[in-house]
Amino acid sequence: MVLVFSDNKNLTFEMLSKASELAKNLNKKVTAVIIGKTDDALAKEYISFGADKVFVAETNLESFKAEEYTDILGNIVKETGAETILIGSNKNGKELAARLGGKLNAGCVIDSNNIYLKDKKLTAERVVYSGNAIAVEQFNSTPAIVTVPSKAFDRLKKDDSRKGDIIKKKIDAEKSTSKILKVQEMKTEGVNVEDAEIIVSCGRGFKNKEDIKLVQELADVLKGKTVGCSRPIAADMKWLPEECWIGLSGHKVKPKLYIAAGISGQIQHIAGMRDSGIIVAINKDPDALIFKSADYGIVGDLYEVLPKLTSAVKEKMG
Amino acid sequence: MNIIVCAKQVVDVSEMKVDPSTKKPILQGVAQKISDIDKNAMEEAIKIKDKNGGKITVVTVGPSDAKERIKELLAMGADEGVLVTAPDNIDYHMTSTLLAEAVKKIGEYDIILCGEASIDLFSGQAGPRLAGLLGIPQITYAQSVNAEKDKVTADRNMGDYAVTTESTYPALVTVTKEINEPRLPSLMQILGAANKPIQEWTSDSLSSELKPMVETVDLKGVSMERKNIVFQNDLDKSVTKLVDSLAKEGALRG
Repeated sequence: MVLVFSDNKNLTFEMLSKASELAKNLNKKVTAVIIGKTDDALAKEYISFGADKVFVAETNLESFKAEEYTDILGNIVKETGAETILIGSNKNGKELAARLGGKLNAGCVIDSNNIYLKDKKLTAERVVYSGNAIAVEQFNSTPAIVTVPSKAFDRLKKDDSRKGDIIKKKIDAEKSTSKILKVQEMKTEGVNVEDAEIIVSCGRGFKNKEDIKLVQELADVLKGKTVGCSRPIAADMKWLPEECWIGLSGHKVKPKLYIAAGISGQIQHIAGMRDSGIIVAINKDPDALIFKSADYGIVGDLYEVLPKLTSAVKEKMG
Repeated sequence: MNIIVCAKQVVDVSEMKVDPSTKKPILQGVAQKISDIDKNAMEEAIKIKDKNGGKITVVTVGPSDAKERIKELLAMGADEGVLVTAPDNIDYHMTSTLLAEAVKKIGEYDIILCGEASIDLFSGQAGPRLAGLLGIPQITYAQSVNAEKDKVTADRNMGDYAVTTESTYPALVTVTKEINEPRLPSLMQILGAANKPIQEWTSDSLSSELKPMVETVDLKGVSMERKNIVFQNDLDKSVTKLVDSLAKEGALRG
């Protein structure tokens, strides 16, 4: 059986698609797990996204504690005899998966965005050495635990006609001696460009200071929170503060995703962002230098492209 | 208070080269160091000892040359080192089992400190696995720690929100790199470290018949060249294709 769990339902939807594919190849069934209060609507949604069965572990736990969730999930694994366990790779999921690995003496691979069977063995790939290599990890034993980051797999098309069992069971967790004293939202403003994971940058292609909001809007939907710019915007026009200036004389950045809009791609700017994970360029000139330094590019007027891109990203991210 | 710090010897990723033809990383001959975040764990251990008194023991599972790296932590302020010489093809199951057996052999402990993850592979498994094997509470991703006589409290960075967790002893705490600035030992401390004991235990003496549950069967290279995929003409289609490509690469994660 392939077991799927995350406290984030969108992540569970995505994992159900990979779980269904693995289950088909293994000739097994997919069970999604809900820990907490019974939620029939959610259980039905899991079924329509690919679960054959939903296991609801009814508990009175108020908040997530890895010790208690590990205990519950470990009991479910034993009861269902699950061989493959997919866990959503948010921070809770990672510490849960690793502790579960310790408790069950099971192998575990964290943050895999490619999972398949090779020589009949479960195989999971993950990025290592600061993005310089991909490790191909193969399991020798069951149960096998893999954590999956969000957006790694596309969810299946929702099919409300799918049928599945919903099993509800009261499961007691061994109480942990740790106590949660406080949970607080984190402030996300004022992110330094050098620490940013996603940056949307603007350059001379922008005609007015007010238009920079187009970049800000895209940054907001990407949850990147950060806007950057090339030299003219910060140093000459002073439309953005120097903290946003990316380039040889400005800041050197290394985000996972860098989007350059209306930036021609002078070598001085490239020097500040060349180590970025993925580089996207938007420019109306098909011969602009920036396209040579980009993974993806769109040739078009940024005033048309940015609003379309913002709404497309919004839709994709749900 | 008895404090244990788990530290890993890793390759210095910033000095790693890539084979130009295969794009595979060249790991041989690359300088080794103590994983950065484990030094933050060490620094925090020193602060806890300064406040509450006690003893700091550093445990490393690694090759025999890791002894030299343990000396750096002794120079920072650890009292004693333990090196568990690791077999080849070691996985997290083996590492954490050996750490757990080493901790049991050390005996008395109140708090175990680890880095949230090692900078080479960045899985973050060792800490939670060890806590699970020992059956003790785990306080992960700590950005600040307050250890008192009978309990430890930590502020934890969970991304969008922060959680304050408290536990009695024994407990395991993993720290983030923001928690402190690890000290640089003075020359006197470096010289003094030579007189501090480092015990060497073989993995067989701690746990026999340990086998990996996960094996790294290949290390693939990553092309550093850019893809140069340019969409043009139909703007709506271009935008859709771009967003699909970014989603597939996992670039739309916050």
